Amino acid sequence: MAQTALDEQRKTASSEGGKSALLQLRQGIVRRRRWDLFFAAVGFVATMVGVVTLVVLFIDLILDGYEHVLRKEFYFNFPSRRPSEAGIYSSWVGTALVMLVTFVAAAPLGVAAAVYLEEYAPKNWLTELIEINVTNLAAVPSIVYGLLALGLFVYILNFGQSILTAGLTLALMILPVIIVATRESLRSIPVHIREAAFACGATRWQVVKDHLLPYASGGILTGVIIGMARAIGETAPVITIGALTFIAFLPPIPFQNGAGAFEWLFSPFTVLPIQMFNWLSRPQPAFHDLAAGVGIVIIVATLLMNGFAIWLRYRIRQKLTW
Amino acid sequence: MTNEADKQETPSGEMEAPLKAEVRRFNFYYGNAQALKEISMPVAERRVTALIGPSGCGKSTLLRSFNRMHDLYPGNRYEGEILLYPEGINLVAPDVDPIEIRMRVAMVFQKPNPFPKSVFDNVAYGLVVRGITNKTEVADRVEAALKGAALWEEVKDRLEELGTSLSGGQQQRLCIARALAADPEILLLDEPTSALDPIATAAIEDLITELRERVTILIVTHNMQQAARISDYTAFMYLGELIEFGATDELFVRPKKKQTEDYLTGRFG
Amino acid sequence: MDLNTATLSTPISSSMPYPRSRRRTTHPLTERIVEALLFLAAFSAVATTVAIVVILLYEALSFFEHVSLLEFLTHTQWTPLFERAEFGVLPLLAGTFVIAGIAILVSVPLGLLVAIYLSEFAPHAVRESVKPFLELLEGVPTIVYGYFALLFVTPLLQKIIPDLPGFNMLSPGIVIGVMITPYVASVSEDAMRAVPMALREASYAMGATRFQTATRVVLPAATSGVVASFILGMSRAVGETMVVAIAAGQQPNFTFDPREPAATITAYIVQVAMGDLPHGSIGYQSIFAVGLVLVLITLFFNVIGQWVRRRWRETY
Repeated sequence: MAQTALDEQRKTASSEGGKSALLQLRQGIVRRRRWDLFFAAVGFVATMVGVVTLVVLFIDLILDGYEHVLRKEFYFNFPSRRPSEAGIYSSWVGTALVMLVTFVAAAPLGVAAAVYLEEYAPKNWLTELIEINVTNLAAVPSIVYGLLALGLFVYILNFGQSILTAGLTLALMILPVIIVATRESLRSIPVHIREAAFACGATRWQVVKDHLLPYASGGILTGVIIGMARAIGETAPVITIGALTFIAFLPPIPFQNGAGAFEWLFSPFTVLPIQMFNWLSRPQPAFHDLAAGVGIVIIVATLLMNGFAIWLRYRIRQKLTW
Repeated sequence: MTNEADKQETPSGEMEAPLKAEVRRFNFYYGNAQALKEISMPVAERRVTALIGPSGCGKSTLLRSFNRMHDLYPGNRYEGEILLYPEGINLVAPDVDPIEIRMRVAMVFQKPNPFPKSVFDNVAYGLVVRGITNKTEVADRVEAALKGAALWEEVKDRLEELGTSLSGGQQQRLCIARALAADPEILLLDEPTSALDPIATAAIEDLITELRERVTILIVTHNMQQAARISDYTAFMYLGELIEFGATDELFVRPKKKQTEDYLTGRFG
Repeated sequence: MDLNTATLSTPISSSMPYPRSRRRTTHPLTERIVEALLFLAAFSAVATTVAIVVILLYEALSFFEHVSLLEFLTHTQWTPLFERAEFGVLPLLAGTFVIAGIAILVSVPLGLLVAIYLSEFAPHAVRESVKPFLELLEGVPTIVYGYFALLFVTPLLQKIIPDLPGFNMLSPGIVIGVMITPYVASVSEDAMRAVPMALREASYAMGATRFQTATRVVLPAATSGVVASFILGMSRAVGETMVVAIAAGQQPNFTFDPREPAATITAYIVQVAMGDLPHGSIGYQSIFAVGLVLVLITLFFNVIGQWVRRRWRETY
């Protein structure tokens, strides 16, 4: 009997101890779970800060500037001292022409550089040097490109404060973007595709032009669009080269009124972000609304371009099969 | 039969038959690591020669040397000779243009690797790089190649579809057609059926037996039965060395080396 | 060895309808020329860097012929456009670092939270739909952020701090902070994603929660990438131009009080460029001198950032 009582006692003791230990464990888990939930909520809110900022920013712009955006004259009037008559004719034409120069200069140069680095470059110090430079150029503040252009394009090469200068400046700035995107896209093409082409007797250039570039074209396009979207909204380097802020004329149209084919390249110009900066720098609120109008145009253009690029990249990932 | 060892070292001396190629004291290095050691063997014209051996024995390395694929990567080095007949040029010599070699010696890889282009463009590519632009000629030769690869009936109505949309076995036959279209002298097959199911494998094996009439074939396989079924000659390789070369019937029935016998009977390692 | 000579000597009939062709479209010379052109394109990156360095150095050296380096580095007045010009870069540096500091104070906690959330907590669907938004946010032109800082954030802040001037450093600092958050978050998240699943599984297998796994296992393993993201973010904040030029005023002001207006290096360059300074004047040279300082500062942060990223990258 004494023995059983002792057993009994032991059992209850251990089970009670077990119970309380388990209870503690469970309470701890509940507490930590709460932390988990709390953090998930905080993290979600933090993530939403960015999204909300984007939305608020857009709404703010629209509330201030929608009246101008809806006016047709806004797009076909030159800037004016009277806010009600002012428009962005010269600046959107300027932006379009500068972008044309940027595209023509940056896309072939960037793709060619990427093809060299990814498909041709031997492993040596020179290649290493180029790689380091591409990485560092991507991190150089945009305004420094403006200083480079001011010294090199405007004064040494004597292009003046022109569309050509601005286009080349922005081209240099977005070159790293295009190079990096093209390289990634080339790298995603499996080795066995290259081997298949080489095994057919193709030369390196044939492999590049018949296979790699076509297969990478989606990724390259994505990079070019993202680069162009950055260039469209970029202000600092274009201001630095000394672009004028008040332009009430368009660049000469080729072969009209005695203009040559390339005279427009050397014409003074303004671009959308500079027009916006100019209006934003005025004290009168009426000009601020005009600035908001330009802001809507710029942000819609960049969002559309970036959105298209992101969608394109998503599509490519979806259908990538080798 | 009294002088086996000698014969083993210069088996080409034994071959009283047209030679398409001949490997002579061939060494290959990945950087400093020697992958192939003093390989010597003949390749008979319009016959199937199989390279067998455990994985890592160098059989794929040897095959890829025939097509100068190792040139694509830095640090690789050939030593010795692989002679291509009738003219007897050493196809691994540095002054021989690898592109010419790749046009004469075509290759089909382990994993089917069609280009993400149309079926037609896939097959036509070998002609395109040769500068053949005459449309009817290209179309004729694409059709001939697809027929040669026993794929024509299956794809004649889908020539514009992506090559990558075909089934695995079809993709591999497409790759064979691509290699055949340019009318190569030697066809290299690097474990062409290892990624395929048994039915597709059988189709490829039948195809190889048919192609034997037209082109010299060198095939790497990890499957001994496959080598026995389709090849005329077999080379057994181990640890980068050629252990034994002989007519397939001979080698499989009466291997002369102990290592060969061990490998064939599954008593290996 | 017994070769089956009967088989070997079987007559061979050619079934190929066309003669063998050895024509080649691409001449070796073409290959060489193409390669040379591609190399030149790649080399343009080096040329650009060299051009930047040469131009900045050349104009800056002319500048330092007129202004002693000691004055440049120690004086607390920056008034190059006044009649009695003073060339002390400290006010510009103060403005630059106060604004970049505020930006970092905003973007580090925010970016870290976003990175941890996206990498460890967010359901797949949330992550996939939020990331494109963050990318879009990164693509918004800085001039638009400048508008936002001047006409939205500053008025908002003035409700909290009533005597806040219309131009101040606080507002652009906060806006730049939000602006670089997606960048900081994406670099950090990359580092966290690179932590192998096995490490997480080990933690979960012990009964750890997500929060514990994230903070005690993933974050320590990804430290280098996270620290690098802060440093690289700092470099971006220092080089940012338009938000500052618009919302901080353009008066060089040697102060560390974020409520006051001030100019940064970048804002000063914009201010000079907007005017019409003759080529070769000391004012013209001064923007290259401060531009050189800016390049040195961002280069310093970038080199450190890249080094931290590589040097402390965990090897698993």
